[in-house]
Formats: sequence, structure tokens, C-alpha cells
Amino acid sequence: MNERTFNLPPPASTIAGAYDELFYFIYGLSVFFFVIITVGTIVFAIKWRAKKGEEQKLTSGFCHNTPLELLWSIIPTVLFFVIFIWGFKLYLRYVVIPANATEIKVTAWQWNWNFAYPEGAESNILVVPKGKPIKLIMSSNDVIHSLFIPDFRVKMDVLPNRYSSMWFQSDYEGEYDLYCTEYCGQQHSKMVTRVHVKSASDYTKWIEENSVTPTGDVLYKRYACNTCHTLDGSAGNGPTFKNLFGKSETLTDGSMVNVDENYLRESILEPQAKIVSGFEGSVMPTFQNTINNDKLDALILFIKSLKEE
Amino acid sequence: MYSDSEKNFITHPKGIMSWLFTLDHKRIGIMYLIAILTAFAAGGFFALSLRLELFRPGEQFLTQDQYNKFFTLHGAIMVFLFIIPSIPAALGNFLLPLMLGAKDVAFPRLNLASWYVYVLGASFTLFSVFTGTVDTGWTFYSPYSTQTSTSVISMTLGVFILGFSSIFTGLNFIVTVHKMRAPGMTWYQMPLFVWGTYATAMIQVLATPVLGITLLLLILEKVGGIGIFDPKMGGDPVLFQHFFWFYSHPAVYIMILPGMAIISELIAVHSHKKIFGYRLIAYSSVAIALLGFFVWGHHMFVSGQSEFSSMVFSFITFFIGIPTGIKIFNWMTTLVKGHICLTTPMLYALAFLICFTIGGLTGVFLGALGLDIQLHDTYFVVAHFHYVMMGGTVIAFLGGIHHWWPKIFGKMYSELWGRIAFVFIFVGFNMTFFNQFMLGSQGMPRRYHDYSSFLKTDLFERYHGFSSYGALILGVGFIIILCYLVASLFNGKPAGNNPWGGLTFEWSTTSPPPTENFKKDPVLKHGPYDYDKVLPKDIEEN
Repeated sequence: MNERTFNLPPPASTIAGAYDELFYFIYGLSVFFFVIITVGTIVFAIKWRAKKGEEQKLTSGFCHNTPLELLWSIIPTVLFFVIFIWGFKLYLRYVVIPANATEIKVTAWQWNWNFAYPEGAESNILVVPKGKPIKLIMSSNDVIHSLFIPDFRVKMDVLPNRYSSMWFQSDYEGEYDLYCTEYCGQQHSKMVTRVHVKSASDYTKWIEENSVTPTGDVLYKRYACNTCHTLDGSAGNGPTFKNLFGKSETLTDGSMVNVDENYLRESILEPQAKIVSGFEGSVMPTFQNTINNDKLDALILFIKSLKEE
Repeated sequence: MYSDSEKNFITHPKGIMSWLFTLDHKRIGIMYLIAILTAFAAGGFFALSLRLELFRPGEQFLTQDQYNKFFTLHGAIMVFLFIIPSIPAALGNFLLPLMLGAKDVAFPRLNLASWYVYVLGASFTLFSVFTGTVDTGWTFYSPYSTQTSTSVISMTLGVFILGFSSIFTGLNFIVTVHKMRAPGMTWYQMPLFVWGTYATAMIQVLATPVLGITLLLLILEKVGGIGIFDPKMGGDPVLFQHFFWFYSHPAVYIMILPGMAIISELIAVHSHKKIFGYRLIAYSSVAIALLGFFVWGHHMFVSGQSEFSSMVFSFITFFIGIPTGIKIFNWMTTLVKGHICLTTPMLYALAFLICFTIGGLTGVFLGALGLDIQLHDTYFVVAHFHYVMMGGTVIAFLGGIHHWWPKIFGKMYSELWGRIAFVFIFVGFNMTFFNQFMLGSQGMPRRYHDYSSFLKTDLFERYHGFSSYGALILGVGFIIILCYLVASLFNGKPAGNNPWGGLTFEWSTTSPPPTENFKKDPVLKHGPYDYDKVLPKDIEEN
């Protein structure tokens, strides 16, 4: 794989090479113009510096030079046209999605990702086969998010009222960061996950392992329950799951509730319906559109198992 | 500070009421200066807190909620309370009538009203700080801003009110420039500071209403449940971004054009040299102001707007680069064959050329369609706009303060301390922001409280740590400036009418000027930069 350069991470997708070419073309031009202006400014300022104690005289009326002015108007204009066209051609490679791309459905919500694969598996990390074009079809359950994989040079906003899509292809097996880059509330900086690029055989194996309904402890992490609900009895942003089942809790309106299967089910699907006292202002999102009955059962079974006899 | 025998606008008339009800543009300018510097100190406090939090990965001393509120307050205060009113309302108010040879602005009562409206708007914004604050970012993107429980309403109402203050000032300046020029002063004999302020005023009057309408719609949605932006109520969140940037991109030029206006004055006066390409600098201000209305979509290349729109916006964006480049080359060439005094204000002007060039060139990366995809919403963007806003406008503002301080208060500050503070500011600023370009292009996203769970945490920690040290140096620089400027009021040497050798009207009157600005009505005898025809010591006293 290519090495990381000073400015950009190692190019790990097929588009990254083309991206980096334009980046370093503009970089070179920028350095060139920066040197001209900085050196010019400093040299002129020193060369025509007033000597100490020197009486001020009338200075030159030099304030026009048509060839010079045309030069510094036309050269940047030409360069801007070149950069615009180059940038647009690069952009076309981003927006024209190959017809044979594998489609993965991405769902974002505060503050996690879910990736659903055509074979039926789901996960909160993105796993893709190497050497194949991948199309992400993305939507959000709440506010605007944005999916960004720096090593692939790809980014696209994820919107609540429409699908957005993007594509990439990586030829390098490995693990890469995936960030949310549209500010989305309290735990925006926790909305980070990984991309795993696997060989075709590893990918197939992984899909098979993840196609069965996962157990509750897997779902606990996949749905990021662990960001607010601990397993060790300490209070997080929400009640701990340890010894939760069967407990009597006081709600914010003063009434009591017994934590049974139905209370847990309601709290997962409609988190704001009955909030335990002390957790006012909790921001748990609904999992109404994310979780099916099998997974709900698995998750409740998991919470039950955390009750010590 | 001032002896009783001196009769100038500061000493006469006396009493707090004579300030609160003053119609004198110079006093209103000073009242604005105090207000915006207070806002700058508050915004700076939040900035420094953010930098210290990011010094290491993981939570340092701010919780996630506090961090989110702090970056929102930093942005909102710096943009709406400091940088937009900074140069036009403080220095512009003071200087515009003086430069035109007028006794005051066209509508002195409207001018005073704009200050009170500013204070009212600022109070609403402050109110939101004490009632739980806002955590949406200064951009208030919907639907998050519609759904969050924080006090978005009082904050947006504050910004809505501040908009009127901006419109009042803009309107006032446009009429003043058209109607109040001294006899003999044609459009092409106005100082370039006036041209820049005029172009800014145009944007203030034309663009600000759109922000007002947008924020009002947001408030209606939050209070009345009318679906405009939030898809849950049938709205469209991308529409909010279009509305918001339709104002906020031109607003970028409200922030930078006055900075450019100051630089034109500083470079010409301290080089004692006729400015190179006067007309092109003036036209390019107007061109930037006009083109600035047609590029808002370049903030939305990855937002889901149509690919065709993105292409058009990218194309127009590059056209703003051309007048900007012309200005920089003109300023640089002005130095040629000058009689250059490297005073503190001149050092800031030269620093502007260097820092602003970096800000402009990195804008080319962001304007290129394909390249923006990687850089959007990362620290590259943060570095870019800080190089323009801080390396550009704030550096120019500091240069302007040092340039006109002797005129405003009639006292010279310590030149030695001025230079020491300049070094702190220049080094601190570049240390804070230059490495953020690399941080961003390597992938570090904006508005992140914590970066401890990344694969590249170690790399990012080095960049963030360096940035935080830079911010501390920058903070020390500002404190030094505050100290010696305040000290100069008490023990500064008298400045005299024309300490730097300027040719424009403000240098022909006493420092501080009398309440009525000039002892006799000024008549234009020579152009603003005729250093090839007139010696500064020979200009007529008005």
C-alpha cells in the first residue's frame, strides 16, 4: 500500500490517487504564489525602507504598469479555469456510480451507524470486500449526519428526508476510520466507527457469521447501548443494566414501575414514554425503525441475564 | 489623561449622559469599540477553553455538552457580536465622516439607535448563555436546531435583532458616502477605506434581511410547529442551508472587505507612496461584493444539492479569486520605490499580506469541486477561515487600531511594546492554525470534543497539542496589547495632528479631533495618495 504523505493519509481507494494528483497540483501552485508574495513583500519592505533620520521627500508616482497588471490578472484566470475543469472532472468520478456496485444500506441516527448488507447481515462497522465497487445508500432517522472515510477520500451528508448515495472501491485490505462530519448533537464525537476491507473469502465468511440473528450482547454494542447503559452497576447517562430486570423504579412523574419485559420493550421503542427519575433530559433515540422483534427479544434476554440471583 | 483646557470630542461635553445620548459619530464609534472588544474577549475565552480541551485526546476539563456549547458560543459571539460590526461600526463610524471631510454621518440619530439595537441584540444572546446556552454551532442547522432543547430561540432572536443594527449602519454609510463628501472630492478621490466600507455597506443592506427571515422562520417552526425545515413536520433541512448561506456567504465579505479597506490605507500611508492601481482596488471591492451573492452553494457540495448546482457554484467561486489576487499584487507593488517606515501598524499590514495569501490560496482547494469532498467539515476548513477572518480581518483590525489610535485618543503608545506584541500575535496565530491544514486534510473532523477512539489519535494529538500552545501565545499577545494601549492613555506622548504622514482629511485636524471634526470646512486640494506631489508636512490644517 502507498505511504502516507505529509498532507494526506495513505490513499486506500481507487479514487484517492486521482484526488491526490489534483491536491498536489494546487499545492505546488500555492507554494509558488506564496513564495512570490512573501519574498516580494519582505524584499520590497527592506529595500525601500526609510533610513534613520532621513528627511521625507516626494516619492515616485509609479502606480500603473499595464503589462504587469495584465500578467497578474490573466495568469490566475487561466489557472482557475484549469483547476475548475480538473476539479469538476474529478467530481464526476465521484458522482457517477458504477452499475455493478454492491449496494449497502446505511442508516445513521444519534449517535451510531447501521450497515445492512444485501445478503441479510447487519453491523455497526462497515465491512466490504476488496476490489469491488461499493455503493452506499444512506438515510438518517433523526438529524443530518455525514459519512466520511478520510483514507478513501469520500464524504457525503446523510439526510433525514431523502436517500443520498456515494461509492468507493478499495483494493487494500485493512482497517480505516469512519467519522460523522456533520455536527449532530451531544455525542457527535462518539459517532466514529471503522471500515474493514476484507478479501473475498474473508468477506463471505464474515457475512455468514453475521447473518443469523445476533445475540443480545452483540446487539448491546451494535446499537451503542453501551455509551449510556453500563453493565457494572455504575450510573451512566441512563440506568445501568446490571440487576435492572425485576427492579421497581420511580419515574419522573412520581409513579412506580416494575421493570419487566413490557417496560423494557416500551423503553426501547418509545424511550421518552416513561423516564426513570434522575435521568430527566435523557436523549435516547427511538429504535422503532431499527430493531425487529427477534432482536428485541435477544436484547431483553440479555438484560434479564444481567440479574444476579 | 487630558487637561481641562483641551477642547476635543472626548473632554467636551462631560458626563455619562453626554455619552449615552451622544449623536457624535466619534463617540458612538468608541462606544462600539468598547462593546465589540468585550465580545472579542468573551469569544476569545471560549476559544482558549476549546483549545485546552483539545490539547490531549479524551475528556480534559469540559464535558461533551459544555464543549458543544462553548464552540457554538465562540462562533456566534465572534461572528455576530465581534467581527461583523468590528471594523465598520467601530473604526468606520469614527473615520468615515473624517475621511470625507464631513461633520458627521448622514443620520446621527439612526447611528445612535444602531448602537442601542446592537446592545439589545447582544443582551438576548447573553441571556441565552445564562439560560442553558445553545449547542447547535453558529450555523443553527436544522433539524438539529429545531429538535434540541437548548435556548435556540433567544440566541436566534438576538442575532435577528443584531441584523437591524447592521442594516442601520450600512444604510447610514451609503447615504453618507453619496451625500456628504467635501467639496472637490469625486468618487475616485475618496480614500480606499471609504470604497471598502461602501461596498461592505451594500452587502449589509442587501443580505442581512435574508438572515432575519431565515431565523424568524426557524423560530416560527420551533414555537408554532410550522414545518419549514424539519422533515418531521414536512420541511426540508437543505432549504435551511440555502437560506442560511445566502446571507452568511456575503457576510464573509462583510467581514473581510473592511479589513482590505484598512490595508489599502496602512500600506500607502506607511510607505508614503501613491497606491498602485487605485481604480482596480476600488472596483475589485465592488466586484467581490457583487460576486459574493452568487457563491453560497459552495458551502454545500456534499449536502445533497444537485450536481449541476455544485458545478455552477464552483465556477463562480473561482471568479472571486481573481479580484482578490489583483488586490494582493497591487498592495505588494505599492511598496516599490516607497519611503517605508516599519511601524507597528505597517508590520500588521505586511503580516496581513502573508497570512491572507495563505487564507486565499487554501480557498482554491476548497473551491475545486472534487477536492472539497475530503476537506469539507474538517480542520482544513477551520484553518482556512481562521486565516481569512483572523489572519485577514483581525490582523487588519489590529493594524487599524494601531494606525488610528493616535488620532482617536491623541496619544502615542509604546512602539517597542507594540512590536513585541506583534511578534506574539504573528507567531501565536500561525502556530495555532497552520498545522490545522494538515490536521484537516489527514481527516480530523470539526466540532469533535474528543479524538481518543481514532486509529490516528497519536498523529492528531501532536497537531492539536501544537495548536494549543500557539493559542496560549496568541492570548498573551492580546493581553500585552491591552496593557500598553490602556497605559498610553495615561502616559502616552501627544501624537500631534499627523504622526504617520498621511494625506487624507483625518490627518489634517487635531488629535483627538474637535466635536465638529474640523475647525473650518475642508476642501479637497489633492488626491488621497498623492505622495508624488504633496509632502505630508505641507498639508493644510483644517
